[in-house]
Amino acid sequence: MLIEQYGPLHGNMFQIMDEEGKILQPDLVPEISDQKWLELYKVMVRTRCADDNALKLQRQGRMLTYAPNTGQEAAQVGSAAAMADQDWLVPAFRELGAWLLRGVDLEKVYLYWYGNEFGSQFPEDVRVLPIAVPIASQLQHAVGIAMASRIKGEKDVTVAYVGDGGTSTGDFNEALNFAGVFNAPVVFIIQNNQYAISVARQKQTRAETLVQKAVAAGIPGILADGNDLMAMYAATKEAAERARSGGGPTLIEAYTYRLGAHTTSDDPTKYREDEEVERWQSKDPMKRMKAYLINKGIWSEEEDSSLSEQYGAEALEVFRKVEASGETKLEDIFRYHFQETPGHLTEQYEEYVQYLKEVE
Amino acid sequence: MAVMNLISAINHTLDLELGRDESVVVFGEDVGLEGGVFRATVGLQKKYGEKRVFDTPLAESAIVGTAVGMAINGLRPVAEIQFSGFIYPAYNQIISHVARMRNRTRGRYNLPMVIRMPHGGGIKALEHHSESLDTLLGHIPGLKVVTPSTPYDAKGLLLAAIRDPDPVIFLEPSKIYRAFRQEVPEEDYTIPIGKAKILKEGTDVTVVSWGAYIHEVLKAEQFLAEEGISAEVIDLRTISPIDRETVIASVKKTGRFVVVHEAAKSFGPGAELIALVNEGAFLHLEAPPTRIAGFDVTIPIPRGEHHYFLDAPRMAHDIKKVANY
Repeated sequence: MLIEQYGPLHGNMFQIMDEEGKILQPDLVPEISDQKWLELYKVMVRTRCADDNALKLQRQGRMLTYAPNTGQEAAQVGSAAAMADQDWLVPAFRELGAWLLRGVDLEKVYLYWYGNEFGSQFPEDVRVLPIAVPIASQLQHAVGIAMASRIKGEKDVTVAYVGDGGTSTGDFNEALNFAGVFNAPVVFIIQNNQYAISVARQKQTRAETLVQKAVAAGIPGILADGNDLMAMYAATKEAAERARSGGGPTLIEAYTYRLGAHTTSDDPTKYREDEEVERWQSKDPMKRMKAYLINKGIWSEEEDSSLSEQYGAEALEVFRKVEASGETKLEDIFRYHFQETPGHLTEQYEEYVQYLKEVE
Repeated sequence: MAVMNLISAINHTLDLELGRDESVVVFGEDVGLEGGVFRATVGLQKKYGEKRVFDTPLAESAIVGTAVGMAINGLRPVAEIQFSGFIYPAYNQIISHVARMRNRTRGRYNLPMVIRMPHGGGIKALEHHSESLDTLLGHIPGLKVVTPSTPYDAKGLLLAAIRDPDPVIFLEPSKIYRAFRQEVPEEDYTIPIGKAKILKEGTDVTVVSWGAYIHEVLKAEQFLAEEGISAEVIDLRTISPIDRETVIASVKKTGRFVVVHEAAKSFGPGAELIALVNEGAFLHLEAPPTRIAGFDVTIPIPRGEHHYFLDAPRMAHDIKKVANY
């Protein structure tokens, strides 16, 4: 078991592939086909293209605030790929790769960042929660979902995400503690991208690693290279299967880096050196996975460029749709607070409609 | 028909609903093995097992936050917060998620969940055990806030709350948990959320209150009757959404309005009710609508709480001023 070798107190980081795409631990490569790795890599490419497009649109003043994922695609896609069909995904807000893989339409994602609640209305068969802005508060929902699965005798697992900053909150610690006590089938993924906006990881906690926080909750944990798609898949798969077979929760620290800004409102040059960013650019999860696939002879630079072009065009197309129909209708801000809208809300709506008619 | 006090009516109701609907789960601090510090859940774990009635670790935010997750995943959680004054760590979950999930997801996820808690004061308890949260909870869009004043209403309102497709905060006036007993039918019945009840019809002044205070208001009504003043007493029962129709119709009849509440006066529920009366019955008013409410002070601990909490003579004294204005 991976947790024995890479557990919270071992100080070792689990890696399968190095920065050049070379396999370091052949016996630990998950047993899935190279075609499947290619598919997952394509989701990473799609994620990055969607990001790039959103940033471009934001600079043009067409998109509002956006939180880019660049550099964290493997942590997101690798973990989500280890989930079973019926499993639940509980995001923080920087998990685009996981959402796309789990069947959330890019149109919904863009619509969310465009500023419309319908961007969080996923279809019934997509078991994904909406973005949770209050940091780490979503982890408790994840534990509750997992507790419910257990109470109902269902085998579903919940995979939940949080950032490095989130591990300092009470909600994070309460969630781990509840998950342990109730043996909840939940996998917590910390995307440790080294910064909570401008606050460096070292300023969040004196603990040597974030995964150490699993120890106090009495649950297993593993430190994994978050830029290694295979390691993220293997770590999450083991945790999910343990949860599914009644073994309870696991905490995974995905050690990664946010190559871009926190959001489009943030300027990271104020709090970190270019040199540090360049160092991490050489650890880019895309680069190593592409090298692996090219070495395997199932992918090429040409195919890669044309795929990026295709996804870039798709992203722009999707955004145009959002831009054309993404405004919120007046009645919608009233309609969804309760199943049956109470009288005072209806009255407020009607009074405003009346006003609009009068000034027309 | 069984005779019950308010706390035994709540226990009976939870029992009934746990038996009827297997998606109902009941949990909180000391709720399982011990049956709750006020004994609201006594015997339920034994009857329904630890899977459906259970103790949680001591963390209010997680009690509410996990309830959100359970409701999303097909259960009907009934979470207990041990005292309303302990709810503040869970306030983020309540305001940020409980109240918003349906709207945020445009109906994809609704939260059929209840958060129960002993509420209000007058029980000579420690600090933080006597809080009135009417405003702090009633002000949040997306929440329903209910408070019963009798064992009969507690059952009907709690059944309605558990079956509601949306989250309901259920405030239980701890002062009257065991204050009196009443016949409560064994069978299933609900009382609609959002409907006030006229407890005593009158012609001179409308008096609205709820929870434990209703019983003091009823005593005050008798003092007033002895002096020839006929008060119409309304138990609001639901703090949000307020039953405006019942209140306004009454004020149109009496021409005078008084609201009596435990919570601090400023920005309190009384201010909201008076605004509604002004909007809905202004030309019928013969006296300024008036609040009889808590001082704007921190609720004193036991040796001083009698200064804070209102009794029937003081209520009658102030209502009379409005009636004779």
